Amino acid sequence: MTEIKHLTTSQMAQFAARGFLQLDTAIPDALNKQFLDDIGKSSEQPDSIINHYDAIRQSSTIPIVPAGTALRDAYPKGSALAKLLADRFVAGAIDSLVGLDCLFDHHFLHITFPEEMYPDAMRPVRAQNTHQDSTIDPRQAFDVQVFYFPHEVTLAMGGTRFIPGSHFRIVSEASIGRYQNVRGQQHVICPAGTVMFFHMGIWHGGGMNRSDQKRYMFKIRLCPSKRQRRLWDPNASYDKAQRAIFWTGGQQPDPDHLHSILTRPEKWFELDTGRLEYINRIRFWRYLTGDKNFDADYWLTRVENEYTD
Amino acid sequence: MPIAFSKSDRQQVLVLYLSSSALDSSVIAWANYDGTGRMIHMAGDEDRPPYKSGLSALEDGWRLFQASPLQPHGSGDEFRTSYLKYEFFFEKIVTTGHD
Repeated sequence: MTEIKHLTTSQMAQFAARGFLQLDTAIPDALNKQFLDDIGKSSEQPDSIINHYDAIRQSSTIPIVPAGTALRDAYPKGSALAKLLADRFVAGAIDSLVGLDCLFDHHFLHITFPEEMYPDAMRPVRAQNTHQDSTIDPRQAFDVQVFYFPHEVTLAMGGTRFIPGSHFRIVSEASIGRYQNVRGQQHVICPAGTVMFFHMGIWHGGGMNRSDQKRYMFKIRLCPSKRQRRLWDPNASYDKAQRAIFWTGGQQPDPDHLHSILTRPEKWFELDTGRLEYINRIRFWRYLTGDKNFDADYWLTRVENEYTD
Repeated sequence: MPIAFSKSDRQQVLVLYLSSSALDSSVIAWANYDGTGRMIHMAGDEDRPPYKSGLSALEDGWRLFQASPLQPHGSGDEFRTSYLKYEFFFEKIVTTGHD
């Protein structure tokens, strides 16, 4: 059996800072084809979107799985989804983030239809508003959502839109629909077989499909069954020592230094709350490592420096 | 002074989210709603902001009609981030020529 490929400490830092990761490798074409066969058949021109979903459901082999099922029991052996999750890079990322003994929450086949497939009453078609999944969730423990793109996603197909670094914002699901566009927003335009991992809190939405082809994306939400401490590497080493800040003698900081990754602003950060996001990331790194004294560029040490008598 | 509003007038609304409470700070997020029905705006339809700052929108004729207040941080909740803080609503009144 091939050994699974855990995430690196640098990848975990990127996930902590930005709330997402895209795997370096794509799922092979043969498996993508098996998945597209497994999801079920539909006519090319169904008379309604509901009929399209019904047709898929009747012939789909995607299992109906109760929430809370152990992930290892969720998919039949030999199915495309079981193979997907057994991929050494996918399994390694899951083990690094939530553990292979994680629990299945739910899965869903998201289909974004071309405008011509919508009934007249539903036009004009609009992109899905930006939202955060589930509901208000202030936990430090975190779920991940695996996004699998079984076919190429072109610019015309719209793609999943998401806001890097938005995962620590505590908001209530669709309440953020007013934010049509955010600086630095990304659209997933990708080759077939792309797999991405998102922190549960990331702000996202489905883009409008302006092509003449249906767009498929399969999402699986996974919950940890234990404390998420150094799951990617029990002996992970990382930058702990503080470095000079602000007055640095004109030297540019190393962009790959952990503190640089955790204190790199997104384009949409507000001047003041951007600093709070650094603190959120530092606290998250403390959670990921169990290192209660960790700090990056002194942001938390400064405000924790208190004396009681 | 009240704004004259005829039957054929429609409101266009621009919402800008700025990087601070200063109206001349940079735009970090935005939304458009066009009451004339001429333009359909939606999530993800623009990756570049329509204006550099709130002040730039004023210079282009948008009228500010609402700004988010500055709220004190609740005790114990000082570091929590949530909704975008600096929200400014602008409008333009456009005559459509039809009722």
